[in-house]
Amino acid sequence: MTSVRIFFIGGLMSYRAMFNWLSPWILIPSLVVSPICQILLFAYIGRSAGVGNDEFYVIGNALNYAAIPCLFAMGATIGGEREGHTLGIVLATPARRIPLFLGRALPVIANGWGVAMVGVLAGVLLLDVHIPGSAWPAILLAVVVASASCTGLGLAMGAVALRVRESAVLGNVVFCLLLVFCGVNVALDDLPAWMAAVGTWLPLTHGIEAARLLADGSGLGAVDGLLLREIGVGLIYTVVGLALLRFFEDESRRSASLDRN
Amino acid sequence: MRQLLHQQWVCYRLQLRVLSTSLFDGLLAVFFPLMFATAALLVYRLNGDEESLQYAGLGAAIMGMWTCQGVIASSLLTRERWAGTLELLVAAPTSLTRVLVPITMALSTIGLYCVVATILWERWVFDLRLEVASWPLFVVGVLMAALSLALFGFFLSVTAVRYRTSWALGAALEYPGWLLCGFLIPVSSLPVWIQPLSWAIPTTWAMAGIREAANGGSPWVDLAVCAAVGCVYAALAAYLGQRLVDSARKHATLALT
Repeated sequence: MTSVRIFFIGGLMSYRAMFNWLSPWILIPSLVVSPICQILLFAYIGRSAGVGNDEFYVIGNALNYAAIPCLFAMGATIGGEREGHTLGIVLATPARRIPLFLGRALPVIANGWGVAMVGVLAGVLLLDVHIPGSAWPAILLAVVVASASCTGLGLAMGAVALRVRESAVLGNVVFCLLLVFCGVNVALDDLPAWMAAVGTWLPLTHGIEAARLLADGSGLGAVDGLLLREIGVGLIYTVVGLALLRFFEDESRRSASLDRN
Repeated sequence: MRQLLHQQWVCYRLQLRVLSTSLFDGLLAVFFPLMFATAALLVYRLNGDEESLQYAGLGAAIMGMWTCQGVIASSLLTRERWAGTLELLVAAPTSLTRVLVPITMALSTIGLYCVVATILWERWVFDLRLEVASWPLFVVGVLMAALSLALFGFFLSVTAVRYRTSWALGAALEYPGWLLCGFLIPVSSLPVWIQPLSWAIPTTWAMAGIREAANGGSPWVDLAVCAAVGCVYAALAAYLGQRLVDSARKHATLALT
């Protein structure tokens, strides 16, 4: 029961605290304006280059932007505890680590899903993209899977934030790599082979491909393999993240580096 | 005059060192637009049109200057607030203008690093050699872009003084700037109603001048307009800066706590 409470209530409190003590103002420019502008930027680049169609860029960039909350929030929860001088207290508690950290991931997954869906909806409205009504439920599911998978990578990043001060820089670097390698604006088939190979081991890649197929009218059955691969990639990163958290926590206790900043 | 130049030089050099050694303001400010330039060039490369690739390559080289200025300048005073030095700056006998302009000039210098890094990246990674008819005029255009962006950054920094989360505002300016300034897509391809906004940004004129220089035309008209628009923002910033600071002191809201 304690673990369930830590998972849900602890995760929600940590998420709320992340936005500078309940100020929703930063949500608007960061998680609404920016993803819409990124979608418009690449849709216009595509038009100017005569490559792809608007739907391709709307889906790719909307899902890519889900990475911002998924990556940054996990790093920020650790960094925020350090800035608030509460990281030592959190890690000194007997709370089980899996509900403690996965609980923080749950609101982040919902946030990533929301950001991606705002992007898709804005793209549909602003660029007159047509997605069949029957495709929407499956797209919602694909976006949830992609957000969860990306949060696994965010968890691994959060673990690294136990030792690295510049979690914001790390988050931006990883976000950029996802932009270039995950088939966000160029389909995997059109990327150089080594980039496509790297992309298949990153979160978002299979989720974006699945969402595009769904938007083109494919059924859920046609993309189940892609979604399972997306879940598999996410699970790998989640396990790696939990292992890294354990390792860096032990290491920081040994070397007294927890509050070093 | 000599004292003013000395103060400007000392402040500029100090801030450039601070920015250059910051992973966020130095390294990331170059890396982030470089990766977006890479994504854009990957798209343009697909159509196999060399002329389009040249167009995108030229704009991609300049777009990082916007990131270095627009994103960071918006949060300049917030950073001073976090560091606890804003009150000291405001109380100092040196005007805020004389403090902020060298900082935004230092940000523009980081933008110049970005131009060089992107040109080299395009050559090494994409085998794209920019075809520029007049390199001296190209350099003049880039320097004018840097100067006008510094003045625009000065405007952004003072107008965001009352926003506690101005860093988020700055981050949100990044993509609109890339979209509006004609770096990767022609301004004429944007909806007509939004084009006046593009021409109100000095960087749009600088980019047009740089393209003229690259194509063998005369960039001087575009660069003159760029300078004029930059000066308008500087004048507005000097006026607003004093008003906002006076208001903050009067209402004791400088700290925003």
